[in-house]
Amino acid sequence: MEFFLQLVLNGLVVGSIYALVALGFVVIYKATSILNFAQGEFLMLGAYVCLALITRFHVPFVFAFLLTLCFSVALGVLIERVVLRPLLGQPVISVIVVTLGLSSVLKAIIQGLWGTDTIPFPQVFPTEPVQVGPLPVSQGYLWSVFCVATLLLLFSFFFRFTRQGIAMRATAFSQQVALTMGVPVKKIFALSWSIAAVVSVAGGVLLGAMRGGVDGSLAFFGLKVVPVVILGGLDSVAGAIVGGVAIGVLENLAGGYLDPLFGGGVKEVAPFIALVLILMVKPHGLFGKVHIDRV
Amino acid sequence: MRAGGFHTSYRSDMALFDSPLARRAVWLLFAALACAPLFATSYWLDVLNRICIAVIAAMGLNILTGYTGQISLGNAAFLAVGGYATAAMTNRFEWPFPVVIPLSGLVAALVGMLFGIPSLRLKGLYLAMATLAAHFIVAFASTHWESVTGGVNGIAVPSAHLFGVELGDDRRLFWLFLPLTALLLLFARNLFRTRVGKAFVAIRDQDLSAGVMGVDVFRMKLLSFAVSSFFVGVAGSLLAYQARLISPEYYPISLAIDSLGMIIVGGLGSVLGSVLGAIFVTLLPELLRLGTSALSGSFPGMTELFASIKMGTFGLVLILFLIYEPQGLAASWRRLHAWWRLYPFSS
Repeated sequence: MEFFLQLVLNGLVVGSIYALVALGFVVIYKATSILNFAQGEFLMLGAYVCLALITRFHVPFVFAFLLTLCFSVALGVLIERVVLRPLLGQPVISVIVVTLGLSSVLKAIIQGLWGTDTIPFPQVFPTEPVQVGPLPVSQGYLWSVFCVATLLLLFSFFFRFTRQGIAMRATAFSQQVALTMGVPVKKIFALSWSIAAVVSVAGGVLLGAMRGGVDGSLAFFGLKVVPVVILGGLDSVAGAIVGGVAIGVLENLAGGYLDPLFGGGVKEVAPFIALVLILMVKPHGLFGKVHIDRV
Repeated sequence: MRAGGFHTSYRSDMALFDSPLARRAVWLLFAALACAPLFATSYWLDVLNRICIAVIAAMGLNILTGYTGQISLGNAAFLAVGGYATAAMTNRFEWPFPVVIPLSGLVAALVGMLFGIPSLRLKGLYLAMATLAAHFIVAFASTHWESVTGGVNGIAVPSAHLFGVELGDDRRLFWLFLPLTALLLLFARNLFRTRVGKAFVAIRDQDLSAGVMGVDVFRMKLLSFAVSSFFVGVAGSLLAYQARLISPEYYPISLAIDSLGMIIVGGLGSVLGSVLGAIFVTLLPELLRLGTSALSGSFPGMTELFASIKMGTFGLVLILFLIYEPQGLAASWRRLHAWWRLYPFSS
């Protein structure tokens, strides 16, 4: 039982970060109909930039975190302006491949600057665990869940109550209608890319701090959110959160119970098997909008 | 003077080659390439062989993505399936390559159809995700199904053989790879002159309309998956014969992205584009390697950075092509052709 609870808890923690990254994925998809396969590289870049700020410039962690978020806003706007704006209205395959190209470029920049070895992340959370019910839980986990929950709440408020957020939802609903109502759609695109960059960079920093090290494997998280968004529904923010937590728990349970049987690797592949099953049974996910095609 | 190539009958419009001159040029190119093993160095033969493999793989992906409009990120997985099928057949039964290569293609085609089934209800973005899942599932199988794949250590592939003749090195393999590539390209080119090929294109352009007009959309999509993965499986088989040792890390997701890059750079929905793209993407790292080794005298850090430079350049090339030449090298070639034909009156 304790083992089970431990696995579920780990799943919840990792899943909350999936939810955060998936939120970025969904925001971009909703506003611009683009699947961003460079999301994992955003995350990795965030972790490295924060790390560099802490170790090289001796910025305290909280400020480094905030500075990294500012950096990610600029990154999002820049990428939208330089790479994606020229591809407005191009076929789906072009925009998918352009994000793949983008991920290559970002990965190359990171490798060129920081190399491929794991770089230790300085200790930012206290090490002694806190007792939650029967389980000892590390403080890093709690902080991470706290940060994720705060960010998710903030963004929910943003989408529901602010002028910009409502404009974004309008754009997602219909670009043409939004344009005729005077919504600056191009600005909305830039905004959604920066939001996506902010949430994934935040996820990257938290992951780096939690794991205590940063390396190229972080980019894999960008692909891991694909099952998450499919489960939740590609165009649903609530779906991203539910899907993130569900996939996190699923992969940890599968890893915990099936890895010994298969000799490892089940944890990595379980979300993708789930992905295929979801696509066969309920392709639009739990909360996704069912599209009706017309000629 | 001629102002362009104009077809005056359906027969000439449907012909395999645009003009008699094009046919002769292709034959000449084929003959010249067939002589390459006589004088090329083993390094360049290795590159030529890899280009052949890349051309077949890119052509396969182009059938699915460029002509039928189904985006696939599973190319590396199907290459792996073809490769492991070849390894299993040559190790267990010692079959000669004329049996092994088509059978490897068929195995890949079956696996491709399996992952194509979700395409019944999905398209575009969703399908890209289904094939992404295919990649990770195949990667899992190739590390864990140890009796067939040899697990993480990989599995050795005996050299291709027929009637006691062994094709052990790149020089001999090239004489197998080149005609096979030519044959498959011819097949692809012919495919799109038939009812089936035209149905593929109709599905790409508007699947609902295609269905209304009597195309069995699901069957055609599955068939496209099968043909495409057959090509990729054959490429995987050749890759296994050339590499002689295959293991799971031989087929990273970046291999699938390379294939997508080839058809984007070359041109979607074009046989010529698949060839040009495969050549371009295969030669790019080789040229970069030459460049960095030339520069390493003045910038000593260059060689360590090579992996990053390669990856970054590839990504950059992809982005630049998508922004400035979305139709790919095939379109550049058509423009160049038109310019040359109208010279000196072209602008």
